[in-house]
Amino acid sequence: MPESPSPNHGYPGRLLVFEGLDGSGKSTQASLLGKWLQSRDYRVFFTEWNSSELVSGVIRRGKKKGLLTPTTFSLLHATDFADRFERQILPPLRAGYLVVCDRYAFTAFVRDAARGCDPNWVRTIYSFAPRPDRVFYFRVPVQVTLQRKVASRLKINYYEAGMDLGLSDDLQESYVRFQSRLKQEYERLAESDRFTLIDSTRSVEEIQARLRANLRPLLENFPTGARMLHDG
Amino acid sequence: MTDRTYGTRLPGMPTEPLTGKLVVIEGADGSGRTTEVALLKAWLEVEGHAVVDTGLRRSDLVSAEIDRAKQGHTLGSTTLALLYAADFADQLENKIVPALSAGSTVLADRYIYTLMARAIVRGASREYARELYSFALRPDLVLFLDARPEILLHRSIGKYGSLDYWESGMDLSLSRDLFESFFLYQDRLSSEFEWMTTEYDFHRVDANRFPEQVHVDVQKLVAPLYGTTAPTPRPSPRPKRTNRPSRGRRTAASE
Repeated sequence: MPESPSPNHGYPGRLLVFEGLDGSGKSTQASLLGKWLQSRDYRVFFTEWNSSELVSGVIRRGKKKGLLTPTTFSLLHATDFADRFERQILPPLRAGYLVVCDRYAFTAFVRDAARGCDPNWVRTIYSFAPRPDRVFYFRVPVQVTLQRKVASRLKINYYEAGMDLGLSDDLQESYVRFQSRLKQEYERLAESDRFTLIDSTRSVEEIQARLRANLRPLLENFPTGARMLHDG
Repeated sequence: MTDRTYGTRLPGMPTEPLTGKLVVIEGADGSGRTTEVALLKAWLEVEGHAVVDTGLRRSDLVSAEIDRAKQGHTLGSTTLALLYAADFADQLENKIVPALSAGSTVLADRYIYTLMARAIVRGASREYARELYSFALRPDLVLFLDARPEILLHRSIGKYGSLDYWESGMDLSLSRDLFESFFLYQDRLSSEFEWMTTEYDFHRVDANRFPEQVHVDVQKLVAPLYGTTAPTPRPSPRPKRTNRPSRGRRTAASE
């Protein structure tokens, strides 16, 4: 079986991945980090999960009609990711950019596992995706993500609550159960895939400082934009 | 039929055994697959079996996207392979499994093998293709209609008036010449079907002959699945060649 994600991509760019539950603060941190990197004249490319046009229509339609099973759900997300990978992630990675991913294949690993798909099969279908240079995993208690949602008046959506699994008729109850499953899967991956742990309960500033410090060695000999455009 | 896949268990599959038979007909475009599916369906129905026929790219879920993808905007090979797999999974779960579970015979006009071969000639590794489709059910019988490229060429021209862009693998840029590309592409596909023959236990049927001759061989292979023997072929007028299974419901050979 091909190893997934493939080890050592060997491209001139670097792949920096942010993973964690919704409401763990990873998107805020990824965006702040991107701004810092750009201010230091690095070429940065930023990408999010589920933003490709190709299958987002199918996924939306399928969800609406309740046509999706865990397997088709998994394959459609893999298709979407593959499209984004081939179009958006790979070219800047080959061109020598710092590619910042707000979620990567690991998001699929945890979600599909929580829906009952065979984890080895899921890994294999994502074997085209190389192993990132860093995976920052934002560890957060499920209750905290719920409080953050309630505080910012965000509605819990059907799939985020895993309502399709029938864990509970109550949205909030189902959310807690499903997110706990996801967290359990993340914790498993944190070990097997050597994630860099980030304690989400710390302040925004503390976390950002930690990320920047962590990346310094990786950036030491990494060319800045000026050096990519001009010799000497 | 018990819960037998190629290694990956699907979540949400029925726990009781699937009692219907899954019969797959594989072969290149022009090998006579569709005609044979129609003949086989008619015969099995006369024998008293409920038959559901299914082909590739007929599911409601993503067929529009596949058509759109084919019409121009270029998808990477991995993306396309996954999109086809999603479409297949949808048909497997929503059409094939329910039919088998109700005890019907499912006649599949192509199955994962064509999808695998297409993905591989477009850059996927054999290992990747094999793993990707490991959730598919193992058929009770896989018939491979084997026809020479020259015969396929003539049938293809007869059917489309020319060669089909996709069946000639023009998207692979093997040659800018349609005719040459057709042979190069069919040759690549057939080397993939070659290794699959042993690995997936194909029964090869010589499809260079007339449809009714092919049908006699197919009946011999299919009959034992039902614990019967094939009818003794009797001289009958040659059935009109049918390209669509819906029109082939009643044919001379099934009377």
